[in-house]
Amino acid sequence: MTSAITSSAPSPATQTSFAGADSASLRDVGATAASLRHFLHGLAPVDPVGVEQRAAGLATRSVKRETKRTLIDLAISMVDLTTLEGADTAGKVRGLARKAVRPDPDHPDTPSAAAVCVYPDVVPVAVEALAGTGVKVASVATAFPAGRSSLEVKLADTRLAVTAGADEIDMVIDRAAFLAGDYLRVHDQIVAVKQACGTARLKVILETGELATYDNVRRASWLALLAGADFIKTSTGKIAPAATLPVTQVMLQAVRDWRSITGEQRAVKPAGGIRTTKDAVRYLVLVHEVAGPEWLDPHWFRFGASSVLNDLVMQRRTQLAGHYSGPLYVTVD
Amino acid sequence: MAQRVTVTKTCKLYIGGALARSESGRTVRVTDHQGEFMANAALASRKDGRDAVVAARKGQVAWASATPYNRGQVMYRMAEMMEGRRAELVQALRDLSGLSVARASREVDLAVDSLVHHAGWTDKLATVMGSVNAVSSPFFSYSAPEPTGVVVAAAPAEHALLGLVSALAPVVAGGNAVVLVTRAEAACVAAVLAEILATSDLPAGVVNLLTGHAAEVLPHLAAHGDVNGLDLTGVDAGLRAELGRVAAGTVKRVHVPRRPFDPEAAPGTTRLRAFLETKTVWHPTGAPSLAGGSSY
Amino acid sequence: MIHLDYAAAPEAASLGRVRERYQMFLGGEFVDGHGPDLVSVNPSDETTLSTVSSASAEDVNTAVRLARTAYEDVWSRLSGLERGKYLFRIARGIAERSRELAVLESLDNGKPIKETRDFDVPAAAQYFFSYAGWADKLQHLGYGPSPSALGVAGQVIPWNFPLLMAAWKIAPALAAGNTVVIKPAETTSLSILVLAEIMADAGLPAGVVNVLPGAGDIGAALVGHPGIDKVAFTGSTAVGKRIQTELAGTGRRLTLELGGKGANIVFDDAAVDQAVEGVVNGIFFNQGQVCCAGSRLLVQESVAEELLDRLRARVATLRVGHALDKNTDVGAVNSRAQLDKITALTQSGVDEGAQRWVSPCPLPETGLYVAPTILTDASPSMRVSREEIFGPVLTTLTFRTPEEAIAKANNTPYGLSAGVWTDKGSRAMAVAGALRAGVVWNNTFNRFDPAAAFGGYGESGFGREGGPYGLAAYLDTDDEGVL
Repeated sequence: MTSAITSSAPSPATQTSFAGADSASLRDVGATAASLRHFLHGLAPVDPVGVEQRAAGLATRSVKRETKRTLIDLAISMVDLTTLEGADTAGKVRGLARKAVRPDPDHPDTPSAAAVCVYPDVVPVAVEALAGTGVKVASVATAFPAGRSSLEVKLADTRLAVTAGADEIDMVIDRAAFLAGDYLRVHDQIVAVKQACGTARLKVILETGELATYDNVRRASWLALLAGADFIKTSTGKIAPAATLPVTQVMLQAVRDWRSITGEQRAVKPAGGIRTTKDAVRYLVLVHEVAGPEWLDPHWFRFGASSVLNDLVMQRRTQLAGHYSGPLYVTVD
Repeated sequence: MAQRVTVTKTCKLYIGGALARSESGRTVRVTDHQGEFMANAALASRKDGRDAVVAARKGQVAWASATPYNRGQVMYRMAEMMEGRRAELVQALRDLSGLSVARASREVDLAVDSLVHHAGWTDKLATVMGSVNAVSSPFFSYSAPEPTGVVVAAAPAEHALLGLVSALAPVVAGGNAVVLVTRAEAACVAAVLAEILATSDLPAGVVNLLTGHAAEVLPHLAAHGDVNGLDLTGVDAGLRAELGRVAAGTVKRVHVPRRPFDPEAAPGTTRLRAFLETKTVWHPTGAPSLAGGSSY
Repeated sequence: MIHLDYAAAPEAASLGRVRERYQMFLGGEFVDGHGPDLVSVNPSDETTLSTVSSASAEDVNTAVRLARTAYEDVWSRLSGLERGKYLFRIARGIAERSRELAVLESLDNGKPIKETRDFDVPAAAQYFFSYAGWADKLQHLGYGPSPSALGVAGQVIPWNFPLLMAAWKIAPALAAGNTVVIKPAETTSLSILVLAEIMADAGLPAGVVNVLPGAGDIGAALVGHPGIDKVAFTGSTAVGKRIQTELAGTGRRLTLELGGKGANIVFDDAAVDQAVEGVVNGIFFNQGQVCCAGSRLLVQESVAEELLDRLRARVATLRVGHALDKNTDVGAVNSRAQLDKITALTQSGVDEGAQRWVSPCPLPETGLYVAPTILTDASPSMRVSREEIFGPVLTTLTFRTPEEAIAKANNTPYGLSAGVWTDKGSRAMAVAGALRAGVVWNNTFNRFDPAAAFGGYGESGFGREGGPYGLAAYLDTDDEGVL
């Protein structure tokens, strides 16, 4: 008998059992409330202890030297530098934009952040400050963060940002509808916002802390992907818990499986609670091992954060200088 | 050479992991057994009791969510810390009651050993006091002990150290938080115990120490709606019945010992069991598939 | 696209404080034995690690005599509380020297530092800590107010979890009041000798524990010794049978923890990603060199293809490498003899018609490595479905109904462990109830705790370790014919 070593590449057509669909049937899933519900409730379950065990295991990866330097730079280039406060003045936004372009004035070779993320009414300020820099302007929309208003208002909010020049829109899903089981409503809102985005990329915030279970996170991820999300994003950052490694793991599995079935790659963004370089590196290890190296790119993965950028810059300086840096050596913009 | 002036200690209450004066600002003059001044010890008020219960409730959540192994390690750490403070405790006991070095040392021995003994219980309660139940229906059923929550305990007057430790150890080993009341005269012993607790990785609020008048503080605690259990071991006979009646208003678990406190006796399990609830859970099992026939 | 290489992240070998030579621990002293020196090899790169002085048959006699004296004159006269306090000290000692022990164990055994650091050593400390607390609570076991120890225990342990197996044997024996003579595996004697140092530093009275390095002949001399009251053996089923044969009719108590061919059963409603993790953990943890490994995957046919696709993709991310690299997931196998056996058995599977998939992961150039392997299309009659491979090789079979899964899982003389993956609680409980295995893991695998009993059915051995059951094995609980 000859030995046969079978190919390890999964063939998309066979990805039917656990996800319950193939590429063709996915197109029709969002057509009716019943088919959508049937699909989402037919997804494979998530065992919380198992998820958390895997995330904890991956967090013990030891990343050193050149790999660490690479990941620090990558993480910096993946930051959506964010300010979402009632007190955000034009001055504050301009300061943030400058920081995003040049995170470390003493080391001009430091990568720029991926984007600046602000409220819709200050998008014009960000657009002007970032013109020609390559740093994107992302805007929250759809009555962020609670998402409690009419569809009409949410779309107007979106158009406000898009018209002002936002490259990316971070919308929130209707959690009340989701938790009440009205998945079609959630789906159709995302479709409508996606349309209003035009060429802007759409990030769909699931607000995982309110979804409360990993099964809901999995369902909401698939729901958003079906509705056309370019990014699935964990949180608004306004409530706890925000992003966690296990929640992000479930979302990375969703985009990985989505690609297995459809051949399309979609993006992921954890937001909130990512404070240190250590946190950021753990997320990148998770991306690498759960989704795959193709996601290690700012086009496919972002960090919604603000304070982590300074820690990344400090760690970058430490790697270069060979001794620990300090907070007085990084700017507060 | 002139004798060095020492720095005297302020004896405070221990609530929520912090050493604090009474909110009432009151103190009691504490003297040694020969009448010499030792300290102005904080005298706990009703409101201190209330604050201690709040702290205990918060601490109990953290304590109960720790693993049994971790709880055992923390209690063993308490024993380590107490062993290290042996000299100080012996001195405090001698100052308080005029005990000989041998007797005071023996009390410290027993207190440390009680902590070690109870540290070893934390991961065995389910084994010894729980069960899988051989029910006559297609269900998996188990009964497991769970902590009752917040317990108020009064420490016996004699055996200032051992009384406190034997009150707190079984309660805490079971996953409960405790508010301990001891007489103000024993404040200097209680102060060292508080320091030991504070350096043992015990979550804040798991043990709270109030030095005060039992008759003043305990009735409020016995009536308190957020206290689950009451240990009357250290309470005088006359007060016991009254406190028991007050506690009945919220159906507290009340422990009254049947025998006088004997320091040399083995700890037993009565106080351990007194502050444990039992939860019974049922889950369907039956046959793995149709081939096994109906379970009913 | 970035390919993450996780630059080498080695734990420093020097932390293991490896000595040129280790001695036996006899009567509280480190002394030279009268047997030939053993050479300890580092499986990660096949370099020589150290030499170990081994015992002769005469040393076994001495050890048993010293253990008996220690039992009669000292250990049996101590209260349970006092015995317990020694064990607490030892537990703390292990925790304090945990980094040293983890590095040493990885060097000596070949298993990844990630595992010794995060599992083997902390678990060893926990076993001592937990059993310390039993020493003064024997009256709560249900064997009367004052159950007595058996006397002197002779213990033989394997090379797959050297320190942890030492803890599993020594802690309950001492807690119950016995003294111990223990022989580690000849390829892994180092960590137990550091444990002996910890015990000596803890003030454990001389002769209470004696550690005799040696090969199979010394193990045989120990378990056959008439001065031993109780034998505890963990190792292969073949040797276990020989020991049981020898002890027959002698009245000496025996517990055996032998081999296994654990079934990991995945149903169609399993939490699939976690099931994949569980299968991976079940067969690749400790390089598959575990008696309770989930070495047979039983997957429901309707989801088999997809599960295997996911499994192969996941296994391909496992990093095989030097034990001290903190990112190594799968280390070296323990010896050349083991490696040859794994290779031969795996080949037999291919020869008998199974399909072989080998992970494309890179392997180090030196050292004893086997790439993670998955055999599919196996049938129950193949050798790879019935015999313990004891390596990172998974045999896959399919089933259609729960009854068939149970029948196939039980279709083995072994009966140590099983895994059940289903989201339906009643099925998990029903299948667990029907499996003839001493340990059933529902929606998890390889979970161990000193509070939970562990041991097998059938040719996986008898007796349990852990929990009150593990303690009872070292007590005189025989109440037959007693009023």
